[in-house]
Amino acid sequence: MDMQISFLDRLFDAGLLIDTGVDGLYGRSGHFEDVIAAFERLIDKVGGGDGAEAMRFPPGMNREFFEKSGYMKSFPQLAGTVHSFCGNELDHMSLLKCMEVGEEDWTAGQQATDIVLTPAACYPLYPTIARRGNLPAGGALFDLQSYCFRHEPSKDPARQQLFRMREYVCMGTESHVTDFRQLWMDRGVEMMKSVGLEVEIDIANDPFFGRAGKMLVNNQRDQNLKFELLIPITSAAKPTACMSFNYHQDSFGQKWGLNLVDGSVAHTACVGFGLERIALALFHTHGLDVKQWPEHVRSTLWG
Amino acid sequence: MNETIRELLAKLGGLPVPVTDLADDADLYAVGLSSFASVQLMLGIEEAFDLEFPDSLLNRKSFASIAAIEQTLTQILNSKEAA
Repeated sequence: MDMQISFLDRLFDAGLLIDTGVDGLYGRSGHFEDVIAAFERLIDKVGGGDGAEAMRFPPGMNREFFEKSGYMKSFPQLAGTVHSFCGNELDHMSLLKCMEVGEEDWTAGQQATDIVLTPAACYPLYPTIARRGNLPAGGALFDLQSYCFRHEPSKDPARQQLFRMREYVCMGTESHVTDFRQLWMDRGVEMMKSVGLEVEIDIANDPFFGRAGKMLVNNQRDQNLKFELLIPITSAAKPTACMSFNYHQDSFGQKWGLNLVDGSVAHTACVGFGLERIALALFHTHGLDVKQWPEHVRSTLWG
Repeated sequence: MNETIRELLAKLGGLPVPVTDLADDADLYAVGLSSFASVQLMLGIEEAFDLEFPDSLLNRKSFASIAAIEQTLTQILNSKEAA
């Protein structure tokens, strides 16, 4: 934990991250954003020739889709819902009084809106694609990026509550999507090497909630459904996942009614880049001043 | 025990086929038992038999067939008696 706090303090002192008073909620400096933009260009360079259809959704998604996704079954502890004041003038007066007195929780009367904070960049994609009807022959590939929310306040700068995830999502047959996942595992290792980052790939699991979650964790690991690309940031013993490679089998295909041309259920896989984590890995490895980074790293990112 | 497991499987398994048609050794995942349904089944079994699955048995293998569930339960009940 000390290493996490000291790295966070150094990032604040250097002005790369901006303290907002809430753990895991930070502003970013221009230099920090430059690194993210440069790394995204590298992603474009590597993946751009694959012909993915690009889409950008805002960091909030349709609550109905969120409910149907089953997120609350697995990760209720991480979700963030958007609530608003929906009362009349009298309610407004009581609200102001409540806020002024400060004894009661003024947010208790807030009502849920139709929006939920996006938990992963690809969540709004599946229902959107299902609405189009059967997938084209040869499957489909999408390029996404979104701020995502996960309620897990922490002093570890690599565990933020609002962060950006860049994703490629592949839909098609089992062999098509698992080949895609393998391709990106190989590409991911090469990309990180090209910017001077030492990585390892390991089998992984999602942070499923509770005792029932333990079983989901074991199932996920037994079936090799999730891999992560790990880079040491605030701990050498517990390196941070900077990319993840997920094979969903046909679970999203079944849930959303994503079908192939022959009517069979589509399999899906996604590869995600944790953009802030990659930037933090670069700052941690090469130093807080980008001008001092090794020449080959600078030329790969800005060359 | 077999009957109770079958009743719970029918109620919680969400299978597209009648449980009465399944042999004890039929692969439940192959006939459509989802990850989430297997979790529901696990919780249902814990309640019905008043026991708790140890972490080491919370896996796909324990719920792969009716026979596998019986075997897992027997193992838990035996170790409970021993304790």
